[in-house]
Amino acid sequence: MTRFPIRRRVLLGTGAASLGLLASGCDSILRAKQTRDVLKLGQAMSLGVQRAILSSQPLAREFLSSQLSPVFKVNGTRDPATEEYRALQANNFTTYRLQVDGLVHAPKSFSLADLQSILPRSQITRHDCVEGWSAIGKWTGAPLHEVLIQCAPDRSARFAVFQCYDSLRASRGGMTAYYESIDLFDAYHPQTLLAYALNDAPLSVGHGAPLRLRVERQLGYKQAKYIKRITLTSSLAGIYGGNGGYWEDNAGYEWYGGI
Amino acid sequence: MRPGQSHPRAESSMSIAEGAAATTDDQEGAAAPPKSERIYRHAATTRATHWINLVCVTVLLLSGLQIFNAHPRLYWGQYGANSDQALIAMEATQDRQGRLVGITTIGPARLATTGLLGASVQDGHLVPRAFPVWLTLPSTRDLATGRNLHFFFAWILAINGLAYLVFAYFSGHLRRDLYLRPEEKHLRHLLADVWAHVKLHVPRGEESKRYNTLQKIAYLSVIFGLLPLMVLTGMTMSPGMDAAFPFLLDVFGGRQSARTIHFIVAWSLVLFAAVHLFEIFLVGAFNEIRAMITGWYEVKPEKKA
Repeated sequence: MTRFPIRRRVLLGTGAASLGLLASGCDSILRAKQTRDVLKLGQAMSLGVQRAILSSQPLAREFLSSQLSPVFKVNGTRDPATEEYRALQANNFTTYRLQVDGLVHAPKSFSLADLQSILPRSQITRHDCVEGWSAIGKWTGAPLHEVLIQCAPDRSARFAVFQCYDSLRASRGGMTAYYESIDLFDAYHPQTLLAYALNDAPLSVGHGAPLRLRVERQLGYKQAKYIKRITLTSSLAGIYGGNGGYWEDNAGYEWYGGI
Repeated sequence: MRPGQSHPRAESSMSIAEGAAATTDDQEGAAAPPKSERIYRHAATTRATHWINLVCVTVLLLSGLQIFNAHPRLYWGQYGANSDQALIAMEATQDRQGRLVGITTIGPARLATTGLLGASVQDGHLVPRAFPVWLTLPSTRDLATGRNLHFFFAWILAINGLAYLVFAYFSGHLRRDLYLRPEEKHLRHLLADVWAHVKLHVPRGEESKRYNTLQKIAYLSVIFGLLPLMVLTGMTMSPGMDAAFPFLLDVFGGRQSARTIHFIVAWSLVLFAAVHLFEIFLVGAFNEIRAMITGWYEVKPEKKA
């Protein structure tokens, strides 16, 4: 029965060689564009399936005030610290104007008082960071769909793009403005807010004063802070890196942050 | 057992997969005495889903550790972030000389794990890292690729797992090979089986044609316990899935509890794999691995008393 040891040696040799190749080659394989494109299929499937099971637009879980996080972690930009932002801060955001434009028939600008005059919604929800942590906070703001309806969106509009006052390091060097985008499926969800208060106090600078997005069925990087302008578009191509957000362009995060 | 000779226990379909039995001595001439028998142990579907599952679980573990490294703290409950009490954490601090020290915290216990957990060497330097470069995919910090890998292979794992379950149910594989027979459910039998494992007893002959009781329990816990738990706790971490299936949050006690369970069950699967590999090498790795590749298993004759 000599054929077993020979086969065994061949098997072990092939196994060891392929393991070595695997270990050294993994990172370069993962860097290849073809691999990245294939791997993104999993995310595309998740988007398709989640859109199907969320088609009835169920609400994200809302919690009790006894379940609030003692400390709501500040993440991302802590302070935009630009001259433009400092000027707004100096007069307590009374000169702040939210621009809504793009594929709308009635472009409009809203002061904080305008936004606060829209029937507000408050919700105690969980914020989930892509890194893994969660914090529960009470958000109060104007439902985004109420704001959009006032601007009469065109039928061709598909995305709401949020441009922000803060800038972060770009992967190609230098700084680039933070921006994010969601599609109208999420923009018209009843829990999607332009929030101006956290835990019954006006938003702090760390949490995105004067206005931030809450899109409760998605991860933290979608919750744009320091919103300056909302533009409705039919496509994300041509906007900054074309992937629909700062993290999507600069770190490869998926545009859909539902998982 | 000679070819053509019937064996009462073999006929009562105790083999792992239904199929023909052949003897190796067929090729070696009638003059040689019968030494061992070959049985068709694993069906093609079992073999294919086994190896696909191995690839998926491996990539999911390594990419999962990459994702864990992005926030190497685990909590219990609905929320949990840096200022909240962690159940398990793998973080770096500095000692009095200003050198980096890896600290692993498990409940009240604090362990110095520099070099492996909390802080380890990357490109020649000690850096803060929960799990070291050789345990994560990609090796260096890249959460986006880690997540893309994780979710791609999670889909394959789920589809492969469902295919296996449908096959195993309808082919009778579950009922025939995996479910415990009535006599196996007695404590005395279980204890005897535990003792046989402690003694590292290697089954031969008829006994080796079927899974032993502890082996069945281990496989059933992975198939119906650990792997479904991984899928469900993984889903609970998705804010979209939580909106669609809010009961997930109630079942696992919150997103952060689900993340902790996901981590613990992942290492339970690693423990299973370690014991599984040990047993394979104990009873004969070549024969076992060949059976899982070709389906054919060589049954060693029983030793004469």
